[in-house]
Amino acid sequence: MSIMDKHHVLEKNATLLLIFAFLVVTIGGIVEIAPLFYLENTIEKVEGMRPYTPLELTGRDIYIREGCYVCHSQMIRPMRDEVERYGHYSLAAESMYDRPFQWGSKRTGPDLARVGGRYSDAWHVEHLINPQSVVPESVMPSYGYLAKVPLDSTWIEDRVSTDAFVGVPYTSEMIASAKADFVAQADPNADSTTLLAGYGEKVNIRNFDGQPGLTEMDALVAYLQVLGTMVDFSTFQPVASR
Amino acid sequence: MSKKPTTKKEVQTTGHQWDGIEELNTPLPRWWLWTFYATIIWGVAYSIAMPAWPIFASGATPGLLGSSTRADVEKDIAKFAEMNKAVEEKLVATDLTAIAADPELVTYTRNAGAAVFRTWCAQCHGAGAGGNTGFPSLLDGDWLHGGAIETIYTNVKHGIRDPLDPDTLLVANMPAHLTDELLEPAQIDEVVQYVLQISGQPADEVKATAGQQIFAENCVSCHGEDAKGLVEMGAPNLTDGIWLYGGDVATLTSTIQYGRGGVMPSWSWAADGAKPRLSEAQIRAVASYVHSLGGGQ
Repeated sequence: MSIMDKHHVLEKNATLLLIFAFLVVTIGGIVEIAPLFYLENTIEKVEGMRPYTPLELTGRDIYIREGCYVCHSQMIRPMRDEVERYGHYSLAAESMYDRPFQWGSKRTGPDLARVGGRYSDAWHVEHLINPQSVVPESVMPSYGYLAKVPLDSTWIEDRVSTDAFVGVPYTSEMIASAKADFVAQADPNADSTTLLAGYGEKVNIRNFDGQPGLTEMDALVAYLQVLGTMVDFSTFQPVASR
Repeated sequence: MSKKPTTKKEVQTTGHQWDGIEELNTPLPRWWLWTFYATIIWGVAYSIAMPAWPIFASGATPGLLGSSTRADVEKDIAKFAEMNKAVEEKLVATDLTAIAADPELVTYTRNAGAAVFRTWCAQCHGAGAGGNTGFPSLLDGDWLHGGAIETIYTNVKHGIRDPLDPDTLLVANMPAHLTDELLEPAQIDEVVQYVLQISGQPADEVKATAGQQIFAENCVSCHGEDAKGLVEMGAPNLTDGIWLYGGDVATLTSTIQYGRGGVMPSWSWAADGAKPRLSEAQIRAVASYVHSLGGGQ
């Protein structure tokens, strides 16, 4: 019991108390965080996930800038009511290229984890300009100005490189063609060879906002239209203990 | 604070003393102490019974009870699917046109179809199916693509102009006559006046007459000789005063200048390997529900 009687040493020395308290908190943190790095099922092994295209990535930044996550979650929980309303429950793999993830826990509006392809582009544009025109009971504010803010590709290469730096698997070719891909995705007449080569044949290429020129509306709709559509569920096996 | 003097048992002190104030060493209440021990035992037992210890690289210990939220949701969904299995199988096996004659299926499709409609369709077509600008009303007899139940079923199943579904009903877009330089701005002006005239609105007679010629040369292949629309082209009737986007001069001009091409999502679409958005029974239920709303042919 001698060691138990020595706590007064810690109690009487503020610096020592601080050091030991820090040690205890550190151990608690390691116990919670470290297993996620060695457990093989932290992120499910599924096919189909790809990094966001430069335009989708920009749309995601607008989504975050406008605070969409304050009212919309992106996390379909494994419960029957959610699966029947929104689709297959979300997988960890589906947000592995999200930095930061947009799971959220507040649903003033509906969950958006699988909103991709659920509505037409025209609906999204109309709904972002005037939500009440299509959903009268909605309390969502208008984001009509997005259609008036032009986008340019000045920083897109740096933006993609930043994500690559923190571990999103953008290849050097993808970074090199970021500027071209950024513009090509919203223009069906542009050369989309590098875009399709880098991000796969399933990439949505169209004029998302229906008006000439590249605007923030294009980027946001491109992002919304890809949400939850990437993963190949035939390669997903649910494991026990989750 | 209790004023009762605790004279029953002499409480021990820790022996510490500050300015004559002693620190009591009152033992914890027994009930509290045992509850505390019980929670520790519960915590250990729970971590054995439920998924908890991350000791294997392949995943955490699964726990003796084999609990899995992901398996539970599958079971839960299967349970309700089983409850509806009989009627859904019957619905899938029944010819679409025969659904309305079967009271059991009518009851089912009215309820299940309405539930599907409110979850997946109401955002565009409105909770009461009355439509919105750009999204047609499903209550009237003015159908862009036809109001027979088979047509409604196909439209729901594969969508209209949905890039995700190769079987989608890809009727031609209304061309952008200004952007694609099919018509001069003055000609567009004249066609607008003609469309105003045939839809019973006040129009400039001279321009409308010129517009009639332009209409005959450019528009009849989709909208028909009589401008009453062609269902197979998805081209609306221009004479009935029912407008999808609007029948005023500004909207008509914009429609002709920049074209239109409404998109409806494919509801049988599925992410690779996933279940389709709506099952065959759900699509049949909602098609039957929409058909019953008043406009069905």
